Amino acid sequence: MKEIVIISGKGGTGKTSIIASFAWLERNDVVVADCDVDAANMHLLLNPDFDYPEDFYSGQKANIDQIACSGCGKCIDVCRFDAISTINTNYNVNEIDCEGCGYCAIICPEKAIKMNETLSGKFYISQTRLKNSLVHARLKIAADNSGKLVTKVKNEAQKLVKKENKTYLLVDGAPGIGCTVIASITGANFVVIVTEPTIAGLHDMKRVHQLIQNFKIKAGCIINKADLNISISKKIKDYLKINNIKLLAEFPYDNSFTEAITSGKTIIEYDKGEISALINQSWEKIKKIVL
Amino acid sequence: MNIAIASGKGGTGKTTLASNLASLLSKNTKNQLNKKIILVDLDVEEPNSGLFIKGKLTTQEDKFRAVPMWNNKKCTFCEQCKSFCNFNAIAVLPNSVLIFPELCHSCFACTELCPDDALKMTDRKIGTLSHYKLNDLVFIESRLEIGEPSAVPLIKQTKEYVNKKFSGNTIIIFDSPPGTSCPVIESVKNMDFVVLVTEPTPFGLHDLKLAIETVKKLNRKFAVVINKYGIGNNDVDKYCEKNKIPIIGRIPDMKKIAELYSRGKLLYDEIIEVKEEIENIFSEVTTLCIEN
Repeated sequence: MKEIVIISGKGGTGKTSIIASFAWLERNDVVVADCDVDAANMHLLLNPDFDYPEDFYSGQKANIDQIACSGCGKCIDVCRFDAISTINTNYNVNEIDCEGCGYCAIICPEKAIKMNETLSGKFYISQTRLKNSLVHARLKIAADNSGKLVTKVKNEAQKLVKKENKTYLLVDGAPGIGCTVIASITGANFVVIVTEPTIAGLHDMKRVHQLIQNFKIKAGCIINKADLNISISKKIKDYLKINNIKLLAEFPYDNSFTEAITSGKTIIEYDKGEISALINQSWEKIKKIVL
Repeated sequence: MNIAIASGKGGTGKTTLASNLASLLSKNTKNQLNKKIILVDLDVEEPNSGLFIKGKLTTQEDKFRAVPMWNNKKCTFCEQCKSFCNFNAIAVLPNSVLIFPELCHSCFACTELCPDDALKMTDRKIGTLSHYKLNDLVFIESRLEIGEPSAVPLIKQTKEYVNKKFSGNTIIIFDSPPGTSCPVIESVKNMDFVVLVTEPTPFGLHDLKLAIETVKKLNRKFAVVINKYGIGNNDVDKYCEKNKIPIIGRIPDMKKIAELYSRGKLLYDEIIEVKEEIENIFSEVTTLCIEN
């Protein structure tokens, strides 16, 4: 199995559009995992059937039994997250602030605090309109543990790759450099960084590349909207050269990204011109590197 | 007044709006608002506001999070710490105790409950806060250490810093992280107002709906700004109209904006439509903030 993850640091550079196009090109030999679990978009392009949903429980929240509570206040003293407050004489846990450490439950002299498993979201194993499998998820609103949900999505996708005897696992990552991104790239064979020639794109790409270096994973880069700012594009290419990152492609500034999204298609299906050819070439380059 | 600029989807224009709004307001402050304007970049994983606001650095401080350190001389291997830790951050082996600081939530249960006083909390650096000044604008930026998984403690400490330093007659604009998970919750949870920036595409609309659910759950007042107006379709307009969600600004899709943005330039001095739109956004926010 070859696991290829697409990330960017900065949001909105074209991750989902590009990985969906790779999925279309390799549709007979691929499983796709959407690991941007708190703003997942892959399903808008691949139209999955949501056939197998499963609840994802992760972490706990404290709950105070008002009858057993003697009002001693020890729970408030130990809570480092300011998650417990009093209204009149009632002690209450604010679910949004509670991180589920369980310290309050351990020290409560009346054993009035129970830790309950929390529903963090749902994950789905679907068949897409391309007739391949997609593992995707929906984080519950204001839930935590998004990193763990990413790991779950990836684990399920890896199982499917083996079960279906496929070669590639394509992973759509989240923006940023935090827990969801770390969980997405852990164990990957190759990371594709998509950036754009803006000072923000360059800045964010450098940070995401430093993160990848910690994991010692090989990386390649796609510069989207490369002609928007030629001099920053050059800076990006210089950075790639110095850091031994393969330049996979430079895409011109093109409305077909937005138009394809708006029509619910991958770029390959929507555009039969230059961009599609470039996506095709970059996918061939990636395959050569990972195989 | 505390205003968060948030989005759901990344790359919709949060930083563009936050940096332009803050800079523009700071130039009006003497004659109109008479309030201190502060811009705070809470997108600590990828802070970008500083690329547009180039002030003079006045203070810089490292930020830390407490994690336990094992003392092999005091430990009696009772394994209680392991059972107290709800995050699997402690592993007890036959001859040693392993701590996984990236899993630790700094709840202090292990250190305070250890009967042998064998787990002392030590500081782990999670990021750096920088305080800049540019004419009448104060700019605070925090940047997460690369490899640190959770942005939440740094966001929390940055907000604490801002609350302590500035009070009263201020307008504070918080450039928030993308998404809908913990870093976003931490950023917007006690704001007076949240501006959700989106783009008029199916991706933008989908993530906007999630962001709306999130701010509703947090009981925040909010409104929508559509950026890159003119691309995609008009489903965001329709959705907001149907659900009675105020759209308080539409920033047009222009190649010139993309080009100025690429070089780290603010827009309002160069493009009059953008200036008017931003002024309008601010006046709408002020009105909606007062309304019940």
